[in-house]
Amino acid sequence: MSDWEGVRLHVVTGKGGTGKTTVAAALALALAQGGRRVLLVEVEERQGLAQLFDVPPLPYSERKLAVARGGGDVFGLAVDAREAMYEYLDTYYHLARAGRALDRIGVIEFATTIAPGMRDVLLTGKTYEETRRRRPNQSYVYDAVVLDAPPTGRIARFLSVNTAVLSLARVGPINRHAAAITELITSPRTAVHLVTVLEEMPVQETADAVKGLERAEIPVGAIVVNQIRPPHLGVRDLAAARRGRLDRAAVTSGLRAAGLDGSDALVDHLTAEAAAHANRVALEKRERAAVSTLDRPTYELPRIPDGIDLTALYELGAALSAQGAA
Amino acid sequence: MSASHAGRLDLDRLARGDRTRIVVCCGAGGVGKTTTAAAVALRAAEHGRRVAVLTIDPARRLAQSMGLTELDNTPRRVAGVDTGRGGHLDAMMLDMKRTFDEVVESHTTPAKARQILANPFYQALSSSFAGTQEYMAMEKLGQLRARDEWDLIVVDTPPSRSALDFLDAPERLGSFLDGRLIRLLGVPARAGGRAYVRVLQVGFGVVTGAITRILGGELLRDVQTFVAALDTMFGGFRERAEETYALLKRPETAFVVVAVPEPDALREASYFVERLEADGMPLAGLVLNRVHGNGPGGLSEGQASAAAERLDDIRGHRLTASLLRLHAENLRRSTRDARRGARFAAAHPNVPIARVPALPTDVHDLDGLREIGRRLAARS
Repeated sequence: MSDWEGVRLHVVTGKGGTGKTTVAAALALALAQGGRRVLLVEVEERQGLAQLFDVPPLPYSERKLAVARGGGDVFGLAVDAREAMYEYLDTYYHLARAGRALDRIGVIEFATTIAPGMRDVLLTGKTYEETRRRRPNQSYVYDAVVLDAPPTGRIARFLSVNTAVLSLARVGPINRHAAAITELITSPRTAVHLVTVLEEMPVQETADAVKGLERAEIPVGAIVVNQIRPPHLGVRDLAAARRGRLDRAAVTSGLRAAGLDGSDALVDHLTAEAAAHANRVALEKRERAAVSTLDRPTYELPRIPDGIDLTALYELGAALSAQGAA
Repeated sequence: MSASHAGRLDLDRLARGDRTRIVVCCGAGGVGKTTTAAAVALRAAEHGRRVAVLTIDPARRLAQSMGLTELDNTPRRVAGVDTGRGGHLDAMMLDMKRTFDEVVESHTTPAKARQILANPFYQALSSSFAGTQEYMAMEKLGQLRARDEWDLIVVDTPPSRSALDFLDAPERLGSFLDGRLIRLLGVPARAGGRAYVRVLQVGFGVVTGAITRILGGELLRDVQTFVAALDTMFGGFRERAEETYALLKRPETAFVVVAVPEPDALREASYFVERLEADGMPLAGLVLNRVHGNGPGGLSEGQASAAAERLDDIRGHRLTASLLRLHAENLRRSTRDARRGARFAAAHPNVPIARVPALPTDVHDLDGLREIGRRLAARS
């Protein structure tokens, strides 16, 4: 049983370097398991999904990225603000031709690159459209949409851009459209998952983002603690290592038993590494406690040392489902 | 590092020499841009220069350590800096809305400024919308440089999708302000009522029709009032953007690209380096943060792993086996970091690189910044 029954839009954010794109992809694979269709959306024009799945750059249309365990499909879409603008004009105003005229006098350029906020309106708008797309028989085209969103520092502003639009366009079609997007994003059909690693700044930013999202009345989903490295030492050895009191004689005899030279220099080197390791484990423990005060469902993912490939994504996806994410 | 590579980035020469007046730190999010900027600024100040550091979005504890508790949009003296050599450090955190307000106020009459500041479209633009930050960071940099109170200004760039958006800002603003769209939007409010229909050339009818249909009458009026009010200050706006761009291009500026030895961050760094070179911007080099190294006196990775395996079969040596595994893991990581750094160096042979060893903990006080500064300066 998933922790997120009824959620159609999974937004994944995280501080730079925490692996939010990887987690978004793993979550999409997990959600697709057993025959479901999931769309993975990226909006930052980085082609991060193509890099991750090792496929050619994604065009502005859905492409199949991977098959999940038990037969589900993960599709990918790289949203481009300019294309989204044309599509929006065509869909809502039947202005495909005017789109070109608007482009000539710089309206499209203005809307997609100069006008602050407009990009975010277009990107969230396209994501919204994908979430509610239906087939002729009324069933949803995608069982779930996973958005690889901007980083935590900007997430609340990004997701509430339509609220700002509402205060500007108080009537008319833009108002109706922005209201519909706001309704989805602030409803229980949306969950914003935050990816962090067990370091001070990312955890602090995660806490700040949770507050920002709550203020904007956007539902906070899970905290995903990524890149976990299990400690190499037991609790007692860790404590001893921090105090510089590891049993040097035991280490020396161990090295000799392994056929190595148990010199003081080597023992110094190994115990110094152990002390640094123990300090990091202690810091991680403190940050884990800070994460638990946020009081959200929390999933932990292991560090993949040699770079992320499709095999690693399946593994991470399986770890997410096992913990209730899908 | 190959013999043909440009070699090591000497940040001390940037921080201490009097040729450099501006250092711009850019790079992907989460690579230590703000910390690098603050460390360079502190080191220069303690060497005797008058320094200002402009940060966009500092981590809370780092901000506190520099006394950045108030958001008053003006540089404040940082306490605890060694001023023995006659230098000092001022720090400020960018207040996007306030900077925008100041621009408006300084370019127009008080009455007009009030009108603009009260306009709903302006309020949304200056406070809630992404993208404004990039413009305002560069505007503030231009202002600080124009005051000529500092020998060195260090700025870190916004954590934006593309942190180099500000390079495009002057040109985009310029072409927009000179463009037909702005005249189109400006005309009705200026000429009043239906007069604009006559002014428009062939083909514009469909466009205004479309704009009215999409925006609706009310929002269009807000935008038009805003554009009309801004009209008088547009010239100045554009000039400023161009001046700042020219300033960034001068040899007194040094761009420092910041990265960590992770594929994504290095890919971004490559993009920044190529973009800066293409624009003819003065690129000083790359700072590679959090590089794991390995001191002398250890084993090779193969030796350590093989020894750990041998000990698994012998009772009573679990501690040593664990230490050997930890050692092997550290070696793998430092080899990997070195390889990633070398790959970047090979792809960008003209870019000097400073490698900063990983610190065991986050930096959030002046001592930590001094330590980073030392590591930036140390010959590695």
